[in-house]
Amino acid sequence: MTDKKYPTPLLDDLEKGPWPSFVKEIKKSAKSPMVQDLLGLLERSYEEKIGHWKHGGLVGVQGYGGGVIGRYSDLPAEFPDVSEFHTIRVNQPSGWFYTSDALRTLCDIWDRHGSGLTNMHGSTGDIVFLGTKTTELEPIFSELTAAGFDLGGSGSDMRTPSCCNGMARCEWACYDTMAFCNDVTQTYQDELHRPAFPYKFKIKASGCPNDCVASIARSDMSVIGTWRDDIQIDPAAVKEYALAGKLDIGKDVAGRCPTKVIDWDGTTLAIDNSNCVKCMHCINVMPKALSPGKDRGATILIGAKAPIVQGALLASVLVPFIKLEQPYEDVKELIAAMWDLWAEHGKNRERIGEFIQRIGLGNFLEQIGLDPAPEMVIQPRTNPYIFYNL
Amino acid sequence: MPAQTPESVADAMYAMLKDYAGKKNLKAMDLTKAMIEKFGDDCDKQLCKSAIRILMDDARCTYSYVGGSYVVLNPDYGK
Repeated sequence: MTDKKYPTPLLDDLEKGPWPSFVKEIKKSAKSPMVQDLLGLLERSYEEKIGHWKHGGLVGVQGYGGGVIGRYSDLPAEFPDVSEFHTIRVNQPSGWFYTSDALRTLCDIWDRHGSGLTNMHGSTGDIVFLGTKTTELEPIFSELTAAGFDLGGSGSDMRTPSCCNGMARCEWACYDTMAFCNDVTQTYQDELHRPAFPYKFKIKASGCPNDCVASIARSDMSVIGTWRDDIQIDPAAVKEYALAGKLDIGKDVAGRCPTKVIDWDGTTLAIDNSNCVKCMHCINVMPKALSPGKDRGATILIGAKAPIVQGALLASVLVPFIKLEQPYEDVKELIAAMWDLWAEHGKNRERIGEFIQRIGLGNFLEQIGLDPAPEMVIQPRTNPYIFYNL
Repeated sequence: MPAQTPESVADAMYAMLKDYAGKKNLKAMDLTKAMIEKFGDDCDKQLCKSAIRILMDDARCTYSYVGGSYVVLNPDYGK
């Protein structure tokens, strides 16, 4: 049983039911006075239906403008142990692979200097440490760097790039997402730690169109693996699916193809690859028989964001196909051109997607020196932004 | 005009930040644009980037977050 400092009837209610409960998890650490005050403050917020946190300010570690999100309670006299409750973002390893030793190291550092509460992982992809005081920030940073970790991004900077675990675990990865993610993280250390943009800029890398990191909806620059030749078909495996009888290939595969490019005559499966939109449905339901083509690369999309200052945007295609191989010079040239333009002409708190909407994609493409392509559509099955005189 | 160095641009940025303190928050790009306007061809974005880094590393300035990220005078500098 936890030694509760405050009665928390409303929070207790959130522990009921079969689903995971953040209250239950917080209470596991309730021996800490900081966590007890957190529960008390949270209960107060539920009672009064008002948040009691302020965020921002001057907190950080010397030389860095990102990685620490200052958080203060507006009831410091009543809940003194959470009067400062800063969040720290720690740059996660690509694909979120850890050794158990690394996880213990992180938890030990956090137990020594913070509340012990973590969020593995935040929506940015970072390891998130929840709740510490200003005086603990430099010691935490020193210990993290000594253990080989660094802070992630926050504020108007390039946010910590993230990726799916790609070729490490998935046969559908069309490029090495982990290598790409690590490369951009190392290349853009200055942009990650020293905010110089109008607002945040997120890069997320998915190995195939399944887009397991949801980059198309969440990142300013989304890099999604794809292929430009034919889907690979193993006719023997197709036959096995048909004979097993668990999958109705005609109805569940050909019938659900969004562009109706699959033909199934009961024995042979044929695909009109020129009209395939790479939705991955057929590959997902027949993984033993179908796989992405051999000529693999990525599509680069631009402009997604969640609703903050303005409404949500989905990313739209910027580069239909690019071979993604180290040292990724073409991608870096593109990033530099976009950042130069947006950093100079973007309004305060204007994401790059909103900037493109304001100036128009045609002007944006002209300024960054990219030729328009018919694949540049606002959303699937719409006309491109660019109109051609044929 | 003499060729600028990261240190001289950092000093000019610091002076600008002092002038604007309490009146307007400045972003890194605001400082960069002002320095390029002030020094012309003797200054560029890369030089400004290095200058801001100098201001941060010697603790004369720090970053603040007020909706966006700004470069501000470090209230603890010299204490």
